[in-house]
Amino acid sequence: MSEICCFKGHDLKFYWTINWVVILLGIFLLALTLLLFIFPKNKENQRCVVKIQVGDLSNKKEKIPTVLVFTEEDKYGLYSNLLFKYFLAEGVVCGHELFVASAKEHPDNILKELPAPLLDDTYRNELGEEATAVKSEDFQDSMKIAWRYQNLPKTEASPTSTKFGHYYDVSKTMPPELFQSRNWHSFYLPEELSLHPLPLHLPCKLTPARRAYTRLLQSIQRIIYQEGFDGSDPQKKQKNILRIGIQSLGSMLWGDDICSSDTPEDIHSLTKFLYVLRALLRKSLSACIITVPAHLIQNKAIMERVTNLSDMVVGLESFIGSERETNPLYKDYHGLVHVHQIPRLNSLICDVSDTKDLAFRLKRKLFTIEVRETVLFHYLEPKRWTYFLLHHQMMVNVAWHCFGVWDFTLK
Amino acid sequence: ILTAAKERGQLIFLEGLKSCLDLLFGEEEQSGQPSPLQFLSEGASDLKALFDFVRTSLTPAGSDSWKGPVLLVDDLSVLLSLGAAPVAVLDFIHYCRVVVCSQLKGNIVVLVHSNEDSEDEENELVVNSLCHHSDLILWVEGLATGFCKDVHGQIKIIRRVSLELTAEKDLVQVYQYKIQDKNVTFFARGLSAAVL
Repeated sequence: MSEICCFKGHDLKFYWTINWVVILLGIFLLALTLLLFIFPKNKENQRCVVKIQVGDLSNKKEKIPTVLVFTEEDKYGLYSNLLFKYFLAEGVVCGHELFVASAKEHPDNILKELPAPLLDDTYRNELGEEATAVKSEDFQDSMKIAWRYQNLPKTEASPTSTKFGHYYDVSKTMPPELFQSRNWHSFYLPEELSLHPLPLHLPCKLTPARRAYTRLLQSIQRIIYQEGFDGSDPQKKQKNILRIGIQSLGSMLWGDDICSSDTPEDIHSLTKFLYVLRALLRKSLSACIITVPAHLIQNKAIMERVTNLSDMVVGLESFIGSERETNPLYKDYHGLVHVHQIPRLNSLICDVSDTKDLAFRLKRKLFTIEVRETVLFHYLEPKRWTYFLLHHQMMVNVAWHCFGVWDFTLK
Repeated sequence: ILTAAKERGQLIFLEGLKSCLDLLFGEEEQSGQPSPLQFLSEGASDLKALFDFVRTSLTPAGSDSWKGPVLLVDDLSVLLSLGAAPVAVLDFIHYCRVVVCSQLKGNIVVLVHSNEDSEDEENELVVNSLCHHSDLILWVEGLATGFCKDVHGQIKIIRRVSLELTAEKDLVQVYQYKIQDKNVTFFARGLSAAVL
């Protein structure tokens, strides 16, 4: 027998009051939780600045650690080439000396294609333009579940006042006057091999790769010694940093067959080169970036050894030609950044960031690297994470060009 | 403290990076003594010169009174990258054991790198061989569950009691650690400072 509850008149009023109280309480609690969520979020809206500084190094008394940066090229070498140029461009703008080595392009041509620096106010406008262009695309669809974020104040896309490094416009090239006034050295392998014969004290049985790498090491060592980067010239009052860039090391253009054969002739040539290069870097005020076509190297053991021998290893994976190109999650991005190793110099721990998911994209004028945040509701609406990126964008925008120059104080 | 020890002669530091520069870019050796890293330039695949250096450094000369020498090798995997054959590396360690452990009653501590799914067969060979012959293994690895801010990894301390042929199993202890700027804190599993 079913029961029917009948409410008498005055009882109904009582229950309605209770209901109202419950509803109001519910709204109050909801508002409280929302507030609790919103305010911490506001704190996180501050720009996350990576602790890399390019300062006036000549005044610093602290020992500057030198870093060997190793970049694994993406499949077509487009983006790693861009990072390579950023590294050199930052060197020009900071007044460092450059050493550019390549077996593919003449260093003169590489320097002609460096991105133009954005100076002072112009960069804010550039970045503002880019940011608003992107935002307007995404606001077409309104948010359904994460509705509370829609009303949050938009943060500005321009960086905070603490300036670290410089910004560049990839659609323009650097004016020649900027780098012509700087002291720079080049190493173009075909020229070097034809101009200078091998010294006699080296063993005759040298593979082409060993010959090329030895020649490069000798060249670097000569520059370091002659220009006094190793402190050998006490009269040199202005201390400067040498930025070394080596393009596509290990490729066949350097005479190495590790990219073309499973059983290379000399499996140790690349690793020996890196070891000696690191020794040279440690002994002098220099930093180096090397790009390597890692995807071509057949023997994966070499890549493992190379990772152990480098201070910092970054891999770029571009979406061109892969199935990720059509994945809606990555629709605004051109590739992923994999950080395999971070330098641990002068301390036991490195500066590990919380986020491991980094993606990059090449906008009309800027190359940016962005962070993928895990959001409370992201499993409900996976495409929403791109919205959060606008707020929590870590504009490591060209911070990579600051490689090798870290601000350290030794206690 | 280390600088003082170095001056007293208590610490002998062979800095590989520096020595290789002297070897490759320095002037000809006048002293007649071969560099410990001879194998780099000549392509000779044995590490005899390195072993001789170790032996002469640790064998006590008349006036020294240091007891219990310790040989620290950081890091053995690099020797493989530099062209030494795995057998040569194992021979080197074996010779060092004979001198340092048996003759001089000292200890050897060796560091090697390894990956779970490593494709570096030579390195895995060296690592496995060393594990078989070691009395104590400190196995440091990241957490199986992935990256964590408060716990950077775990360390397994394996005491090779089984080597003593008393039919006992190896003793395994597992701790977790967190690395700070200048030191490391160890704690039992699940009891990191962030949790307590």
